[in-house]
Amino acid sequence: MALRMWASSTANALRVSCASKAHVSPAFSLSRCFSSVLDGLKYATSHEWVKHEGSVATIGITDHAQDHLGEVVFVELPEPGGSVSKGNGFGAVESVKATSDVNSPISGEVVEVNSKLSEAPGLINSSPYEDGWMIKVKPSNPSELESLMGPKEYTKFCEEEDAAH
Amino acid sequence: MTISQTRNVGLPLMKLVRWKGVPILQQLHLEEQLLRTSSENWCIINDGTNDPTIVMGISGKPAQLLKLDSVLNDRIPVIRRYTGGGTVVVDCGTVFVTFICNKDAVPGLQPYPQPIMSWSSLLYALVFRGFGDFSLRENDYVFGNHKFGGNAQSITKNRWIHHTSFLWDYEARNMAYLKLPARAPEYRVARDHLEFICRMKDYMPRSVFVDRTIKAVETYFSVRPVQLEAMETNLNSKFSHSTKLLTEQELEAAAFESHFEKGLSHSL
Repeated sequence: MALRMWASSTANALRVSCASKAHVSPAFSLSRCFSSVLDGLKYATSHEWVKHEGSVATIGITDHAQDHLGEVVFVELPEPGGSVSKGNGFGAVESVKATSDVNSPISGEVVEVNSKLSEAPGLINSSPYEDGWMIKVKPSNPSELESLMGPKEYTKFCEEEDAAH
Repeated sequence: MTISQTRNVGLPLMKLVRWKGVPILQQLHLEEQLLRTSSENWCIINDGTNDPTIVMGISGKPAQLLKLDSVLNDRIPVIRRYTGGGTVVVDCGTVFVTFICNKDAVPGLQPYPQPIMSWSSLLYALVFRGFGDFSLRENDYVFGNHKFGGNAQSITKNRWIHHTSFLWDYEARNMAYLKLPARAPEYRVARDHLEFICRMKDYMPRSVFVDRTIKAVETYFSVRPVQLEAMETNLNSKFSHSTKLLTEQELEAAAFESHFEKGLSHSL
């Protein structure tokens, strides 16, 4: 319990949310708590998240992704009014020496992009689920959300992926 | 079966393209196309490019990175490539080595920038063993603390590319087109270009480097040389490249903006 409280307060200081209770247990798994996974979001195997609220879905990359990519120095985003399709790239992030595609978990029309990222690309590192959001989309096929992973499934996916390498 | 054939059993296939003097724009166009449209593993070695060319990374801004008056005056081509990373001046003294791989091609390798960079350093450690104090230092290949190889990557959902420009030799006057970048590795310690870099030719013969690189690749892949004409591939393709040659107008506009902003800051 003490370990969990320390982890939680430290995570709050770092502005990340700890994963579900089941996730924080022995000390050796503490580092995984800082690769956070939020409840209420859906996740793609390519490490993007979606938050569906009403008629709009917000999309970004996960804490796991930003941690593995390193410091983000540039973000390429589409124009509002364009379309995205499930599983295909809509933009890219540049971390030191590398560009990495960002793929849309769902299909739809881009209604807003996060213009703050052009001046402050590091928001993706410091706040991947909040200030570092990338695009907002009007989903054309909301049933696509059902095939995405929930938080527990995504956490397990990340653990298995890291363990396999 | 021969011994070398036995060793290659079970290794993934990698097609090897060997060029000499192919223009860097064509090389980058082919790389991007293979990354996005092929499902095979590739190694491209281009031994020198034809004309001196400046190549910036995907987010490169000419006004920040280049001495534009000289670049425009000397009509040096400037390319913005599809991978991340910094700015290089390449010419016939530059040797390019590129790896384009499926994400599962190297067992146990996570398709992220640092793991790929580390893997590449293991491969090149084999190449340079016995020839110099080689290491990977903050994403550069160095002998000691002098850079001789610059790296950049692009990572898609299922594939990645890691390419390197090796300074076999260079002209000091070409390095003068580049400004000291705002974002530089710590080990550079504000040294200007000529104090920061070194020439590979002072360490090993050119042909030895290429041969040893191919041998090192063979420890991870079953290598199959193929003939591929860069021009023919580009002409047949409807692929839309993001690598672009900047126009003179774009460079002039950047130079004008740079002078304007300097003028504004002086008058304040």
